[in-house]
Amino acid sequence: MYDIIIVGSGPGGLTAGIYASRSRMKTLMLSSQVNPSLITTTEIVENYPGFPGGISGYELIERFTQQAGMFGLEIVEDDVVSLERASRDSLDIWRVKTGNGSFDALSVILATGTGYAHLNVPGESEYTGKGVSYCATCDGPFYRDVPVAVVGGGNTAVQEALFLTRFASRVTIIHRRDRLRATRILQERAVAHEKIDFAWNSAVEEILGENLVNAVRISDIGDPSKKKTLEVDGVFVFTGYIPNTAFVTNVVSCDEGGYVMVDTQMKTSAPGIFACGDCTRKLLRQVITACGDGATAAFAAEQYVQDLKGSAYSAWAVS
Amino acid sequence: MAEGTFVENPDYPIELNDDTLDEAVNNYPFLVVDCWAEWCGPCRMLGPIIESLAKKHQGDIVFAKIDVDKNNKTASRYGIRSIPNLLVFKDGAKAGDIVGAMPEDKLLERINTFKG
Repeated sequence: MYDIIIVGSGPGGLTAGIYASRSRMKTLMLSSQVNPSLITTTEIVENYPGFPGGISGYELIERFTQQAGMFGLEIVEDDVVSLERASRDSLDIWRVKTGNGSFDALSVILATGTGYAHLNVPGESEYTGKGVSYCATCDGPFYRDVPVAVVGGGNTAVQEALFLTRFASRVTIIHRRDRLRATRILQERAVAHEKIDFAWNSAVEEILGENLVNAVRISDIGDPSKKKTLEVDGVFVFTGYIPNTAFVTNVVSCDEGGYVMVDTQMKTSAPGIFACGDCTRKLLRQVITACGDGATAAFAAEQYVQDLKGSAYSAWAVS
Repeated sequence: MAEGTFVENPDYPIELNDDTLDEAVNNYPFLVVDCWAEWCGPCRMLGPIIESLAKKHQGDIVFAKIDVDKNNKTASRYGIRSIPNLLVFKDGAKAGDIVGAMPEDKLLERINTFKG
């Protein structure tokens, strides 16, 4: 039986792992094989303090993992299927069921992150991996000297569009509005880039192809009868996120978007379950905020575990 | 790799390139080729899964890997636009492909659908 099980291995989960292990909590991290942390597919992280030259998302996660390992965090690669209340040694515990087994813990920290939203248009699922992509750093190099489209106008969309200019002959950003939502510095870079152009006020209607994608049909938001077909070899979709919380919506309160509701101590509606990072309802989803949440969640979980065990939480144990 | 130098029943993924792929396809009746690249995070997740499957299914399924960044011909020949991408070859011909990372048991299930 574990003191704390952390579900997810992104920045939030790993920070919780560092704090929990360092507090000598018996801690297990369940790392998803299906939904890798999105930061691992981010080519460069420029706004995480301490790395003035930027750092690749993958390397950042490797460093987090290494640091957590130094304090003895145990990591198992397994996908969680459900969370159930159970009783063991007259203690109320949580039973975390996975594809391969089940693990018991006194408390659980949900750090499951998000996945990319889909467009839900014809051709999208048919051509996924055949021209439709949700990961520029994975797939960008296959689009050398051919035109591609990026759908979306937020930070991820613009950052990935900039990344794709290294390979593609032209990158068209398709966006539903007449201006980008991305942070100002990214906007400036995109607008100034000679390979990037824009399809403003436009929605994707269909992704077209023959075995592989060869075009995307868009329509005007104001007047959907106005349609245009862009000849592209790739369509990169970055229109938003969906929290990886389907397996817990019956256990903890979530908002209408499926994000886990937490208080300032990262407590959820269920006793002993905490949550941190992108899967929670919050204003800003970034590595730095996930890390902050993760530290708080681990500390709150530790307090909960100590209370549950009935041991006094004495001051000398803190330092 | 010269002709006849393929290991008979490898318990690890063998390394292939543009020049050796065809020979491997002809040499092994059931071959699963992991198309990967250094810069692909999900590929690095799939790597240990492929290694584990190669060990567990030695003599039954032969696994290989090919760095598609260094082997462009293979990537364009099989229309690879996304990695990780597993090319499945049966009796010397392409039987299908599997795109994206997934857990070991799911992956094995998908691979087995091509065994027939």
